[in-house]
Amino acid sequence: MKSRVLNFVEDLRRGAADQYKYVEKALEEAAKKDPKFNIFITLKGEIPENLALSGKLAGVPIAIKDNIVTKDLRTTCASRILENFVPKYSATVVKILEKEGAVIIGKTNMDEFAMGALGTTSAFGPTLNPLDVKLSPGGSSSGSAAAVSSGIVDLALGSDTGGSVRLPAAWTGVFGLKPTYGAVSRFGLISYADSMDQIGPMASTASDLAYLYSIISSFDPLDPTSSGNPWGDKIERIAREEPDYDILRSIKLKVPKELVEHPQADDSIVKEFSRALSKLESEGAEISEISEPSLLKVPQVYYIIAFSEASSNLARFDGVRYGSRVIMPEEVDWDTYYMENRALFGWEVKRRIMLGAFILSKGYYEMYYSMALKARGMIKSKVEQMLSGGGIILTPGSPIPPLPIDYDATDLSRLNAVDAPLMLANLTGLPAITIPVGKRGSIPISIQLIGSLWSEDILLSIAKVTEEIFG
Amino acid sequence: MSSDTDVKIGLEIHVQLTSLKTKLFCSCSSDYRDKPPNTNVCPVCLGLPGSLPVVNQKAIEKALRVAIALNMKIAEKISWARKHYFYPDLPKNYQITQYEGKGVTSIAKEGYLEYHVNGNVKRARIRRINLEEDPGKIVYHTGSMLTSKYSLIDYNRSGIALLEIVTEPDFSSPREVLAFLHELRTLLEYLDIADFKLEGSMRVDVNISLAGGSRVEVKNVGSLSDIEAAIVYEVTRQRSLAEKGVKVEMETRHWDQERKVTVGTRTKESEEDYRYFPDPNLPPVYISPNMLEDLSKTMPELPQTVRKKLVQVYGVSEYLSSVLVSEKKLAEYFEEVMKRTNIDGDRAASIIVNDLVGWVGEERMNQIDKIVPASELAELLELLKSGTITIKIVKEAIPELVSGKRTRELLASKGWIGKVSGHELAEIVDTVLKENANAVTDALNNPKAIQHLVGKVMEATNKRADPKEAFELISKKLEEFKAKVRLQEDR
Ligand SMILES: [Zn+2]
Repeated sequence: MKSRVLNFVEDLRRGAADQYKYVEKALEEAAKKDPKFNIFITLKGEIPENLALSGKLAGVPIAIKDNIVTKDLRTTCASRILENFVPKYSATVVKILEKEGAVIIGKTNMDEFAMGALGTTSAFGPTLNPLDVKLSPGGSSSGSAAAVSSGIVDLALGSDTGGSVRLPAAWTGVFGLKPTYGAVSRFGLISYADSMDQIGPMASTASDLAYLYSIISSFDPLDPTSSGNPWGDKIERIAREEPDYDILRSIKLKVPKELVEHPQADDSIVKEFSRALSKLESEGAEISEISEPSLLKVPQVYYIIAFSEASSNLARFDGVRYGSRVIMPEEVDWDTYYMENRALFGWEVKRRIMLGAFILSKGYYEMYYSMALKARGMIKSKVEQMLSGGGIILTPGSPIPPLPIDYDATDLSRLNAVDAPLMLANLTGLPAITIPVGKRGSIPISIQLIGSLWSEDILLSIAKVTEEIFG
Repeated sequence: MSSDTDVKIGLEIHVQLTSLKTKLFCSCSSDYRDKPPNTNVCPVCLGLPGSLPVVNQKAIEKALRVAIALNMKIAEKISWARKHYFYPDLPKNYQITQYEGKGVTSIAKEGYLEYHVNGNVKRARIRRINLEEDPGKIVYHTGSMLTSKYSLIDYNRSGIALLEIVTEPDFSSPREVLAFLHELRTLLEYLDIADFKLEGSMRVDVNISLAGGSRVEVKNVGSLSDIEAAIVYEVTRQRSLAEKGVKVEMETRHWDQERKVTVGTRTKESEEDYRYFPDPNLPPVYISPNMLEDLSKTMPELPQTVRKKLVQVYGVSEYLSSVLVSEKKLAEYFEEVMKRTNIDGDRAASIIVNDLVGWVGEERMNQIDKIVPASELAELLELLKSGTITIKIVKEAIPELVSGKRTRELLASKGWIGKVSGHELAEIVDTVLKENANAVTDALNNPKAIQHLVGKVMEATNKRADPKEAFELISKKLEEFKAKVRLQEDR
């Protein structure tokens, strides 16, 4: 499919487009759709003056998840505790986008501190699924997914610690990429679990996804875990060039049966997934089923590590330097002050902080955290074996349809089927992509691919071909 | 207090790496002193959401040099841990530090440092050294927590690199502790780690226990004199508790600098759980054998080496050598001077230590080479050696040099150049004796009154005479007078 972004940038460069037009349209759409779906926490009302005429994203509107800091633009993490936080600096990705002329039209709604799968833990109310307002758009990058899915923007940034880009992409029918850990700078991404957090692009087409990714993936000296971009201009070429059908014949797709035949998986979705597999096979892809029971342990390992890191990362939100104050420090002792202010966290965030603090405390650390690190290492080496020799793991984007927006989030059972295939990529640091492959009524169907480290070029090439096959 | 065999003292010393240009995890200046509050900060050292730490490689290099100098076992990889506690001066509510355990290790462990007490060599074992970040500072507008209605926080210090040096409990008296700390400070100055003239550049936690009692930690003692006072106070306190039959419990106490006492805090140390875990943002840094070899090869001269050199090469006495070496700048200055003069090393050392240092003053010691350039002092000493000027003039000249005068011009303008001695001096002595008949009479009766005549001779020679020579000449003349008088009486 032709990329609107690339077309616009090309037209602008040739002087055949008005640099304000694209952003104007996006803001108009946002004004109409935001009230319906609650997509933005902070939406810019006016078009900024003096838009750039040059740059890889000159005049292109983009939506940014509200856990990525933007200088002078409120950044809340969808939490009461940061309700009034206006950062004094911008994330590295934001600086890159602005340097390339992109226009940030707003900060998107999300699960509070990126903790949640439904977008419903936001202190600013849930985002509704543009495909069906009775459904959740998935989380935690719910607003970014909805902004793309509803047609407000073609590009958005989300963040993905345990599937937070890919699940909402799957549930709203857009493309989403979780990069190799270290490929996109985390500087300015408000930490949830540092060892797994990655900023990821979301887009309406595979070309747009690749194009945005080619711009934001680069080495950043401000991020101690940054590795940068080993592909040169290859990703941008993939964005611009015609789909390469040969890619399907050069890979071996492997479907772990434990991740598909999950007891909570939805039969009709699994059926659609099988139909998609047949189509890919008929286009020349080699697909085999594998079995690896340890993959079902992925969520337990993930939660232990993620909660532990979260309990530490969120310790800084205390109302001393920024954020809201429930009580003034003059009135009480410090301990009371902290407790009163930290009561501003929502229920899910409190749950994760408390569990994380418990896991790291004396006597339990060895029992849980050390074991989880060990298990993480084992899972990593198992997955490396699966991927050796051109292997790519293939799973449903989500083995269940989008859950109702009023789903009781304390009932974790239905989400268990979703967790393992998504969290696998975060635990291992591997790149993963969610590709829409059609719809069944208003329910989007998608596949997820997990490749070896730094295989985004392959994943994005497959996405371009798949988009054509199913388009 | 003498060494008490039942007293055990261990130290946790926190030294700011003041010689670094930047903080430990960001590019803010490490020179935070005298800056308006919260101006030496950035998202990283303020712990702002989204910011990430990046390790200052120079800090690791400096810590490794210390580890080498303290004869320590160095870890193969340097890893970082988070230590969690809520306090308003700690912006992330955790401190990035190092830890022994949970898959994290100290930079180095099991070393030692030798030091001298009463002429005996002692060895203190070093348990481990770590790098960590300094917190900010709470400021009370009245100066006291108790009377201030509010507290202010200054984060300028937040993120400054601290080197934590932990000793075994190998000391039994404040005297040993102070001698050790002096030696350690000198060593760290030679390694270009810290400038201890800067306020707050070294803070010490002192662990003190008496046989049969638990360990009491006195936190955050700032100066050497306070450390001494805190140990004396705490040993006395624990001893009197023991005498009353009260068991000393393990606890953390604070040093009250105003009242010079230790004060108990409510927290029992054993209850604290800092929930240490490896910092997921900071991958371990591997220390290659090559890197260690390079560092070993490029180690600066250490105090012990310099001390020996001054004695063996320049003939300086042991005592003057340790005085010179105790200030790195001073030892360097001494060597610079000696490059330019052939005067006896011990004589030069004595003049520097006994005269020059006093006029320059402790607080300006770092600029001694700017205040009196080595070449100027060397010139003065060379003139002394050649006999062109007297020691008297050297002593008069030094304060003038300290005030900015140059040797040649000073001596010329004062007319101090050219020593008066021998025949020339004898003539002047004759004249002085003739002109001071009363003083001569006094001196004939009382040998102590000769000094008055010496003074007159010095005046008459514009201090260019050697007072000793003048004294001898006058004495000789007086003897001649006495002999004459006796002859006349005999007749
Ligand atoms: Zn800083």
